Amino acid sequence: MATTALTPAYAGRRAGLYDWLTTTDHKKIGILYLLNSFVLFFVGGMFALVVRLELAQPGLQFLKESTYNQAFTIHASLMIFLFIIPILAGFGNYIVPLMIGAPDMAFPRINALSFWMLPLAALLMLSGFLTDGGAAAAGWTSYSPLAQAKYSGVGTDLWIVAVLLIGTSSILGAINFLVTIFKMRAPGMTMFRLPIMVWTMIVTSLLVLLATPVLASALIMLFIDRNYGGHFFDPATGGNAILWQNVFWFYSHPAVYIMILPAMGIISEVLPVFSRKPLFGYKAFIFATAGIGALGFSVWAHHMFTTGAVYLPFFSFMTFLIAIPTGVKMFNWIATLFRGQLTFSTPLLFALGFLTMFLIGGINGAFSAAVPVDFALHDTYWVVAHLHYVLFGGSVFGVFAGLYYWFPKMFGRMLNETLGKIHFVLMFIGFNLTFFPMHILGLEGMPRRIANYAPGQADWTALNLLATVGGFTIALSMLPFLWNVLVSLRSGPLAGDDPWEGNTLEWATSSPPPPYNFDRLPEIRSERPVFDVRHGTGKGGAH
Amino acid sequence: MALQPMAATSAGRAEAPGHAREGGISNVILGMILFITSEVMFFAGLFAAYFNVRATAPGGWPPAEFVGKLHVFPLVGIATILLILSSVTCQMGVWGIRRGDHTALVRSIGITVVLGATFLVMQATDYLGLYGDGVRLDAGTFGTTYYTLTGFHGAHVLAGVLMLSVVLYRSMAGQFSKDHHDMVEAVSIYWHFVDVVWIVLFSTLYLIPNPA
Repeated sequence: MATTALTPAYAGRRAGLYDWLTTTDHKKIGILYLLNSFVLFFVGGMFALVVRLELAQPGLQFLKESTYNQAFTIHASLMIFLFIIPILAGFGNYIVPLMIGAPDMAFPRINALSFWMLPLAALLMLSGFLTDGGAAAAGWTSYSPLAQAKYSGVGTDLWIVAVLLIGTSSILGAINFLVTIFKMRAPGMTMFRLPIMVWTMIVTSLLVLLATPVLASALIMLFIDRNYGGHFFDPATGGNAILWQNVFWFYSHPAVYIMILPAMGIISEVLPVFSRKPLFGYKAFIFATAGIGALGFSVWAHHMFTTGAVYLPFFSFMTFLIAIPTGVKMFNWIATLFRGQLTFSTPLLFALGFLTMFLIGGINGAFSAAVPVDFALHDTYWVVAHLHYVLFGGSVFGVFAGLYYWFPKMFGRMLNETLGKIHFVLMFIGFNLTFFPMHILGLEGMPRRIANYAPGQADWTALNLLATVGGFTIALSMLPFLWNVLVSLRSGPLAGDDPWEGNTLEWATSSPPPPYNFDRLPEIRSERPVFDVRHGTGKGGAH
Repeated sequence: MALQPMAATSAGRAEAPGHAREGGISNVILGMILFITSEVMFFAGLFAAYFNVRATAPGGWPPAEFVGKLHVFPLVGIATILLILSSVTCQMGVWGIRRGDHTALVRSIGITVVLGATFLVMQATDYLGLYGDGVRLDAGTFGTTYYTLTGFHGAHVLAGVLMLSVVLYRSMAGQFSKDHHDMVEAVSIYWHFVDVVWIVLFSTLYLIPNPA
């Protein structure tokens, strides 16, 4: 009949797009998270390049101070709220149901809602550039009084609403992860057989659940102060500007762990597979993760040592304590590699990048935990170096490890190894060129968040130029990566179900998995069910 | 169906993976409890701000110009009693549907919706009085904290009334039964939470005495 013969190809294409826009499949939503996050990673990266370009030489070359403030504020806000946090949630979305042998997340429609708030939030935040006063410019920490109506325009309101939306998205996502993991595990998948990635998502979700609402309350108070004549953070009328810092960091310190724990989970999946060994100290790792999560709530004031309004010995001591569970994990990872049969594929390289860079980030962070040292280093480039060694050297290297590792599962094709290695080497060199000199700049007292510096000041000019060259090297490293993804999506070699000889359940189904995930599940007798099937031991790993 | 995921468990039972049916809390109720956990932290943030401001207020609390401005009667005290009563009626609805008693469910949830809406009307009336009396959102930290805390509680009552209205509509449509009423249970937990927040909030704003 004529009516049934209408342009099937076109209908198919539209159905495809419509399908992506309305999907509730956790795998498609996971890929949407990755896509959205990467787009905003590149936008945030552009802002970083603008900042580096301005700082390459003393004096103001390209920007006004106010524009510079917007650039670094939006750079940090995009990277933290719209890249690292969501992309890790995206990996979780894709991988967690597969790893626990579930057909989907517990609340698929809420899952879709969580995702779609993110592009909306990004548009809101960036739309600040269209307003008179420009985008938010008070830094991602938005301290009062700088973020009050007197000093900043509508861009800050848009920023507040955007971050509130992102927070809501995170909270809904966290509830979804927890219910999924607690309630939808396949038979045999006990809590102590869960892959480490899943455990890190549990702890991360708990942190989101308990910390993010506090940020929401802080943002709402700031919004009321700015728009309805409130006085929460206004000392002139009985408010308290330090209150903002307390409430903000009560969220934002746990947020640091929200940004690193899933990345730790990723490399804890990658290291065993590419060392051909089980993860050393499976349970110790889980308890260390939980310990980091719990301690994360008792250290927020170490961002506020110089306010003179916090009890220094307590927060200093608790901050040093964090090094213990983190150290446990370092030993877990190193002992996993020890005497392993290492295959230096790209995922392992990025995992090793994580290991080494995160170690530096941990050590230079411990310096600032000592109160007298922090008094000298506070708000200098030392802090910028530290946070980038953990969040870029740690989280972002972890993100790329995960991407190279799971890309074959997600799209059914392998990424090119040579391009992957070029990407890694360029990014590793560029990263260290950019951020290592910042240690020296910080020790020499260069303050962060300032658009300009004096020309004759020691070696600042040379070090800043070096950092700028490094920044552009990082940008350059994205070209082989993008090329690799685009080409491999179309014509990479077929991956098969289990290209890496993996351990966990996602490798027991096809690549990409069918919408319902599994035709059949292997018996789950350990935390490495796919290893057990491959080697027929029926028993693997430590218990 | 061939496409359905199947797995033979060690117990020899065929079961869809991920759907362990051995009892336990339902997804919806667990989800609601976790959501309420996050709500508790949200209010904790607001309360922290309130106590901070109150503790550091230079001239004691309430500031001199607001002494005696908040009145428990006639409105707030009655509204408090109505809200606590509504928690009871809500729970009677839950007990009703657990027995399979549809009439009790519809009747109890209906009363709960009316009580919740009455609370909102009384709060709005109280706000009008306070505004006329000079207690405004921009009137010092006292007004700011008062309206922020009670306003966000009121917004939660409104959300609760809307959810209860959906429950009521679905009850009248006969969509719940003895075995399938997760939504009723979940919404009732939320409603109790809203009630508890109010009890804490009411005590904090109206009852806790100021140190001399």
